[in-house]
Amino acid sequence: MPFNIYDFSTTTKAVDEFLKANMSPTWAFITELTIVGLVFLIFYAIVGLYLVYAERKVCAFMQNRVGPNRVGKWGLFQTIADLIKLLMKELITIKKADKLLYNVAPFIVIIASFMAIAAIPFAKGLHAVDFNIGVFYMMAVSSIGVVGILIAGWSSNSKYSLIGAMRSGAQVVSYELSVGLALVSVVIFSGSMQLSTIVESQANGWWIFKGHLPAIVAFFMFLIASTAEINRGPFDLAEAESELTAGFHTEYSGIKFAFFFLSEFMNMFIVASLAATVFLGGWMPLHIGNLEAFNRIMDFIPPIFWYFGKTIFVIYLIMWFKWTFPRLRIDQLLNLEWKYLLPINLVNTLLIAFLVLMGWYFK
Amino acid sequence: MALNVLMFYILSAVIVIFSVLTITSRRILRAAFYLLCVLVATAGFYFMVDYQFMAGVQLVLYAGGIVVLIIFSILLTSHISHKFAKPEAMRLVMGLIVGVSGFALSTIAILQFAFKETENAAIKVDMQAIGTQLLGTGKNGYALPFEVISVLLLAAMIGAIVVAKKGK
Repeated sequence: MPFNIYDFSTTTKAVDEFLKANMSPTWAFITELTIVGLVFLIFYAIVGLYLVYAERKVCAFMQNRVGPNRVGKWGLFQTIADLIKLLMKELITIKKADKLLYNVAPFIVIIASFMAIAAIPFAKGLHAVDFNIGVFYMMAVSSIGVVGILIAGWSSNSKYSLIGAMRSGAQVVSYELSVGLALVSVVIFSGSMQLSTIVESQANGWWIFKGHLPAIVAFFMFLIASTAEINRGPFDLAEAESELTAGFHTEYSGIKFAFFFLSEFMNMFIVASLAATVFLGGWMPLHIGNLEAFNRIMDFIPPIFWYFGKTIFVIYLIMWFKWTFPRLRIDQLLNLEWKYLLPINLVNTLLIAFLVLMGWYFK
Repeated sequence: MALNVLMFYILSAVIVIFSVLTITSRRILRAAFYLLCVLVATAGFYFMVDYQFMAGVQLVLYAGGIVVLIIFSILLTSHISHKFAKPEAMRLVMGLIVGVSGFALSTIAILQFAFKETENAAIKVDMQAIGTQLLGTGKNGYALPFEVISVLLLAAMIGAIVVAKKGK
């Protein structure tokens, strides 16, 4: 089987041909779907678990502690042990809850993040779906996740859950606008919503460099707004533990709680990889204009390392936010969005449209 | 059976079952959740016919927008223990008559139309084509309706703010 770390399309094509040669097209298709699903499921679990580990380590680093260090070398298996513990825990059923919705809510949240992860281009030829509306698709499916949060908060029949859900709903709905506008700026630059085309358009430089100041502004707007959209600190008042115990998932236990927890971390991963893809070039190596020798050296590093390197960098930034800034109040949060971020974003988008119209950016 | 036919039946079954559940449920948030399932399955249809932009719009506007608004207003106004009373028999009968006659009417209309397989190649829906047409002023351009609707929306928004601000 051909394997080329610089271009995965040869591998996927070989698998496709092998399956088509050995079974009917229908079964080949079903097998392919199953393989892709399983790969994503395993990827999802592993990334989720190690993001939790990374969060604890980064938090410890910020607070001058050691962090998890008992299970395995450097505590590497700590989160796996936690997962096993969570799997064994009792699933508490609440007498006066709406049982159907209470049980469905974690799945809505996790399905939304699972759908979004399908569109991420990990490396050349390594993405599950490549829609021509890639960016828009990511926005669309991630907007369903909030439904799960709202339903979870309401069906638990607990005041903490309800307040947490209300806060989270107001927050996600308002910050979605800024996330969308920040993404639109790159769509204007690259002239496409297809994620693979956006990555290709950064072959001679990433948009954050090619787009001058407006692109940098858009990048920071995206970081701030998406941190709020995924309910992470300093915008984590949906689950402000000092006031609401745990917010919308207060009443959940065991693996259902783990679903919320995992999808939260995966949403962070999705946001980070979207930022890396549209602003920092995705799997595209760092290229500077026509510096042939430099570009050649950069090409030597496989795209998948570029992709994960950039994503981990953005994830680190988001974690850094969380452990540095104090939590906002709900009125401050909404003020920040409607009075500052949204106007800045609108002006910025207009400016970018003007720049592109005049051709005043690096092509 | 081809896979796309199978998928069509699965999606249709989801839409039909959850539509019925939406209107028969006695709990309001459950009804909203069933409505969400219907709308997401409809987006599935758009994905099936390769009209991804429409599917995205369906998900953003209906599943992620309108359903969220509905759920939000339920959260603000209704308590979990609240259940709708069973409708009166007379109302139930009248509703059934209206529903069945509407169903019959649309079925007759659909069956009378002779659907023919088109010979034309499938059109690839290009985002740029949609964008230029939406803001085009020439033939097939939608600039004027687009602008009129945006002014209308702006007026509605300002009106909403004024109403909400009353008394402050």
